[in-house]
Amino acid sequence: MTSVLVKDLTLKFGAVTVLDNLNIDIPEGEFLVLLGASGCGKSTLLNCIAGLLDPTDGEIHINDRNVTWEEPSGRGIGMVFQSYALYPQMTVEGNLSFGLKNARMPKAEIKERVDRAAEILQIEPLLHRKPAALSGGQRQRVAIGRALVRDVDVFLFDEPLSNLDAKLRADLRVEIKRLHHNLQNTMIYVTHDQVEAMTLADRIAIMKGGIIQQLDSPTEIYNRPRNKYVAGFIGSPEINFFEGRIENGVFATTGERFSLEGYEFQNNGHEGSAWLGIRPEHIVSGDAAKDLPVSARVTIDIVEPMGSDTLAWATLAGVPLRIRMDGQAAVSSGDEIHIGFDPSRASLFDKTSEERV
Amino acid sequence: MSAPSKTDSAKRPVRLLRNLNAKIASIPMVATALVVFIGCTTWTVVHSFTSSKLLPKLDFVGWEQYDRLWGTRRWLVSIENLAWYGVCSMVLTLLIGFILAALLDRKVRFENTFRTILLYPFALSFIVTGLVWQWILNPDFGVQQVVRDWGWESFTFDPLYNPDIVIFGILIAGIWQGSGLIMVIMLAGLRGIDEDIWKAARVDGIPTWKTYVVVIIPMMRPVFVTALVLIASGIVKVYDLVVAQTSGGPGIASEVPAKYVYDKMFASQNLAQGFAASTMMLVSVIIILIPWAYLEFGGKKRG
Amino acid sequence: MDNAITPRGPKPRRRLSRANIMLYGTLIVVAMYYALPLYVMVVTSLKGMPEIRLGNVFSPPVEITFQPWVKAWSEACTGINCDGLSRGFWNSVQILIPSVFLSIVIASINGYALANWRFKGADVFFTILILGAFIPYQVMLYPIVIILREMGLYGSLWGLVLVHTVFGMPILTLLFRNYFTAIPEELFKAARVDGAGFWGIYFRIMLPMSLPIFVVAMILQVTGIWNDFLFGVIYTRPEIYPMTVQLNNIVNSVQGVKEYNVNMAATLLTGLVPLIIYFASGKLFVRGIAAGAVKG
Repeated sequence: MTSVLVKDLTLKFGAVTVLDNLNIDIPEGEFLVLLGASGCGKSTLLNCIAGLLDPTDGEIHINDRNVTWEEPSGRGIGMVFQSYALYPQMTVEGNLSFGLKNARMPKAEIKERVDRAAEILQIEPLLHRKPAALSGGQRQRVAIGRALVRDVDVFLFDEPLSNLDAKLRADLRVEIKRLHHNLQNTMIYVTHDQVEAMTLADRIAIMKGGIIQQLDSPTEIYNRPRNKYVAGFIGSPEINFFEGRIENGVFATTGERFSLEGYEFQNNGHEGSAWLGIRPEHIVSGDAAKDLPVSARVTIDIVEPMGSDTLAWATLAGVPLRIRMDGQAAVSSGDEIHIGFDPSRASLFDKTSEERV
Repeated sequence: MSAPSKTDSAKRPVRLLRNLNAKIASIPMVATALVVFIGCTTWTVVHSFTSSKLLPKLDFVGWEQYDRLWGTRRWLVSIENLAWYGVCSMVLTLLIGFILAALLDRKVRFENTFRTILLYPFALSFIVTGLVWQWILNPDFGVQQVVRDWGWESFTFDPLYNPDIVIFGILIAGIWQGSGLIMVIMLAGLRGIDEDIWKAARVDGIPTWKTYVVVIIPMMRPVFVTALVLIASGIVKVYDLVVAQTSGGPGIASEVPAKYVYDKMFASQNLAQGFAASTMMLVSVIIILIPWAYLEFGGKKRG
Repeated sequence: MDNAITPRGPKPRRRLSRANIMLYGTLIVVAMYYALPLYVMVVTSLKGMPEIRLGNVFSPPVEITFQPWVKAWSEACTGINCDGLSRGFWNSVQILIPSVFLSIVIASINGYALANWRFKGADVFFTILILGAFIPYQVMLYPIVIILREMGLYGSLWGLVLVHTVFGMPILTLLFRNYFTAIPEELFKAARVDGAGFWGIYFRIMLPMSLPIFVVAMILQVTGIWNDFLFGVIYTRPEIYPMTVQLNNIVNSVQGVKEYNVNMAATLLTGLVPLIIYFASGKLFVRGIAAGAVKG
């Protein structure tokens, strides 16, 4: 069953088109992440779904009800904000119950719901404190609690972890995942952090310029990016790109020819100018590389050891090449090594349309 | 939460009713903007081209009121006074305000006490200011008498009784009242400048006074512009101070345009003259505002 | 902290360097100049007339008398009325309270609407409002007389209240708009998701967060309205003239012998309300005028 349906949604501020004819169908219980660089329209889309921005055109349905012009409070959504947005003059309890009081719910039921939310989020000892007396992590729990007490089917998260430090962010990320696992609500989550997106999402929608570039599962997006932008956006360290031509099942670039044996073309027999992308972690180094369909000898320029793994920089076919190696790999700059990759792991994009071929 | 109503809200609501409460709340603002600021101003400008005397009427006489205005000695004196007062007060207030702010910015002890003393005149009305200085400048008991008592028998300082310099007597009071405000604005501007600029200047070995002239003052351009606009728009409105201190005297030596307008409109029943004079005041404000707006918005484009 | 390498050259002397003497000397002289009129007002108002005629404005009183204060408050004459400044004081109070209340209520709601509920055209009116603050009042004086007369408010206390509300609106609206704009927008969004409406958010969320700015606005309005002369003299009748107008009429009246001590007592009395507010509010006053002066 469809939980949230975005139909032909367009939003313009004057002459600027912020959202361009978007269509998303989110099934019940799905965790959807809207991912993109700042200014891509992801937060705008979330605000439209929440009813905080009026769309220029199109419709929004929540639980099979057209809510395009419904007030935010009448849409059956709960929302968590980046800056927590807790009401500073109210206690935690006041924050949690504010929405319920506005809906004129009986006192007993308000208490019951607040207590249950506090229990789930383990914030019972904080109920009578003011937000100023809470830590960042506690504040964000309260903010999640405020969405929780509303007992709604759809949760909206607007970069909820961006204001937290790295460790807390990792902790709360797991907690949000657990929450989704237990509650099985539909969740729409906006972030610019690809780790959050990959770890949390059932499906990721990558946005750029008000358009969804790709809407797929995390593995699909990682392995089979639909266009060059998505390939470059997902993955850290960034994917390596080579510019060249596809000729007779071979990718020809400056001074090198890569075999494309095993690559799954979208439609057979593509020829012409193209980009080839290969992720640093898919490049094999050492003797094992010799047996791969594509292999070459390169000289290491710079090595960046990161503990768990090591990033080595070399030059291949005239472009800088990132190679991700094991953290224990004994390489240093100036070393000459064998590298290679399996073409089925690579991605090919048309030169002009930048679409996957 | 009450269960969401099952009705679809698919229809785009009527534009006028969207944000209705905000629109209702803005009625006073809209009314003020349209009726008072635009409506009343237009009304006055239009009626300045009539021959209205005791009551406003719409019998247009072209530029006659303006011809008469610029042929009236009292108006010319008013303009001349305003020019002197304006130029002097602008230069002196800016200078004094900046110097005082720079002094206070030198990490002075008791800064708050000094600031409190320098700013209190701004809390007082022009009427109070005018009356106090009228008393201090009184030739029989005030400054002049004090100096004579010290033994300088021929000392003369009676600006309020000397038609040639009366406007400077008013200027003394005006600067006393207003320079504290400019000091506070300048001080805020100085405080807004990055500490590191000072450190860099010290590392480069630039003397303090030179740092002010070469680095700090150019950086404070927007603050100076704001201060200038503030002083200028205050100057055009000068009225209470003159009424309290000299009532325009001796004779007509300290008349100002705002007083001319008031007298024509409410004392001598020559409405259209008053309208024409006030329109001239409006024109002069516009002349001040246009370069400012140009600087503000032009500056933003460059930035 | 001990340092192996000691700085070369003599240690600069702190306190009494020549630069510091100049700095503090200048500041003290300037401060004395600025304080002088207040001092003159106080000493003159405490002297008897014979003493004034013999001395000068700066000499301290030999024999302190409060008679001038009593006379200024309850006996000084304006025209045929001889009931002193007290009448003007109470008139000013009656004008002040509704004007301050009304102008702040209207401007705060207005600023809130502009900051959080932007609707089409709002910015146009706001721009007109701000530009309007620069129009010389003289241009609008007479048409307002006509409007007030049509409303039956000309010469009345409420007419003046209305005028103060209108002319206080640009600066106050700007003040509140800037303050509310600085409150994170997500707070406002959260409240909307929680089902609070225009008034709910204003009263339950914004108002409790904005007490400082209300105090600033109050200081601004109390001093501004108390010190007004022009509107008072034009839009009210002599019986309800505010204190400034009555003061001017007392001091600058041409009849009778000039009683300088009574005049200064009256002047000081009129200046007392804004002075008390100024000295009591300290930093907030500065914040108020800075907010009014430097546009946000």
